[in-house]
Amino acid sequence: MFDWWEELSATFVYDTLSLQKDTNIAEALHFFIYDTLKILFLLVSIIFIVSFLRTYFNTEKVRVYLQGKSEFTGNILAALFGIITPFCSCSAIPLFLGFMQARIPVGITFSFLISAPLNNEIAIALLFGLFGWKITAIYIGFGLLVAILGGYFIGKIKNVDQYILIPVTPIEGELEDVEINLTLNERIKEAWDYTKDIFKKIYIYVIIGVGIGAFIHGYIPADFIAQYAGGNAWYAVPAAVLMGIPMYSNAAGVMPLVEVLTQKGMLLGSALSFMMAVTALSLPEAMILKRILHVKLIAMFFAIVGFGILLVGYTFNIIL
Amino acid sequence: MKIEVLGTGCSKCTMLESKVKDAIAKVGGFHEVVKVEDIVEIMNYGVMNTPGLVIDGVVKSTGKVLSVDEIIKLMQNK
Repeated sequence: MFDWWEELSATFVYDTLSLQKDTNIAEALHFFIYDTLKILFLLVSIIFIVSFLRTYFNTEKVRVYLQGKSEFTGNILAALFGIITPFCSCSAIPLFLGFMQARIPVGITFSFLISAPLNNEIAIALLFGLFGWKITAIYIGFGLLVAILGGYFIGKIKNVDQYILIPVTPIEGELEDVEINLTLNERIKEAWDYTKDIFKKIYIYVIIGVGIGAFIHGYIPADFIAQYAGGNAWYAVPAAVLMGIPMYSNAAGVMPLVEVLTQKGMLLGSALSFMMAVTALSLPEAMILKRILHVKLIAMFFAIVGFGILLVGYTFNIIL
Repeated sequence: MKIEVLGTGCSKCTMLESKVKDAIAKVGGFHEVVKVEDIVEIMNYGVMNTPGLVIDGVVKSTGKVLSVDEIIKLMQNK
């Protein structure tokens, strides 16, 4: 699908600019042009599709749907809903308390809270653009697994409810479904506005990320990481997870770098762990949740999800 | 009328509040604007996606920064 774009970029670099093929500068520039175009295009299309579908769902609807679901089924459904519903870390508190009001168990709520940022449309669009659909499918599949099991085990913590610092009064009876009545045009407009919003926020990070990636691509030898940074050393995965935690806000810039690093010898499992840590374990979200949750529960949340991500990383380093 | 903006203080909530003020300046008249930051109060409206917009006690929109025109439409439709 993108072959002719690659040719176009190649023609531009080698013929129009008459740069010598296989020189560092030509390879870096070709990589930069092709990757930037491809990723920005995919970002716009995927974010648009997801935000269009999203006009049919909202968190209030999800809450109605999850209400009264049994433990394991609830975890699975919550994780699946996490893919499609919008999530911004500033909504984490109202969302958490809103689920509590509907008497949805803490574990199921956490499955949703883990899955929503992990499977966000920006991460999915970038993965698809950079690594192709197979890796994207693996990422989503294992992301769901981490969310389902992570939430399940958090729900198994003894007296987990005592760690919630704000008293929640449950809403009596069944919740009403909030109807969203929009015409098709309104939905398209809303999705398009949202896409423009997100695009404006992240395009610069993508360009910078791909720029640095292009430099590495052109100038750093292929087995650099394998040689100097211990590509398959045992500590590669935990190191990747730890590095991923503070990078939440810059997922758009970080992922293009990861792609290049895998070309330079970083193992795919380590890369997957890193990307999952970037999206699922976010310090800003933890700080926000601290207002309603005891630090102990947040620490356990990070520990359980971190452990799950580690397992994913090791598994893939071994089998891929 | 009484217009409430629900939000715990994220940037989107402040944006919506200023849009509401612009909308009121445009339509004129006396309207009360309240920024609701208390999480328990927000929960009582059943809103889980901030910012939320409440006109005379009725939730009109959640999770979105509405444009000035959209807000005016909601004010007139009530």
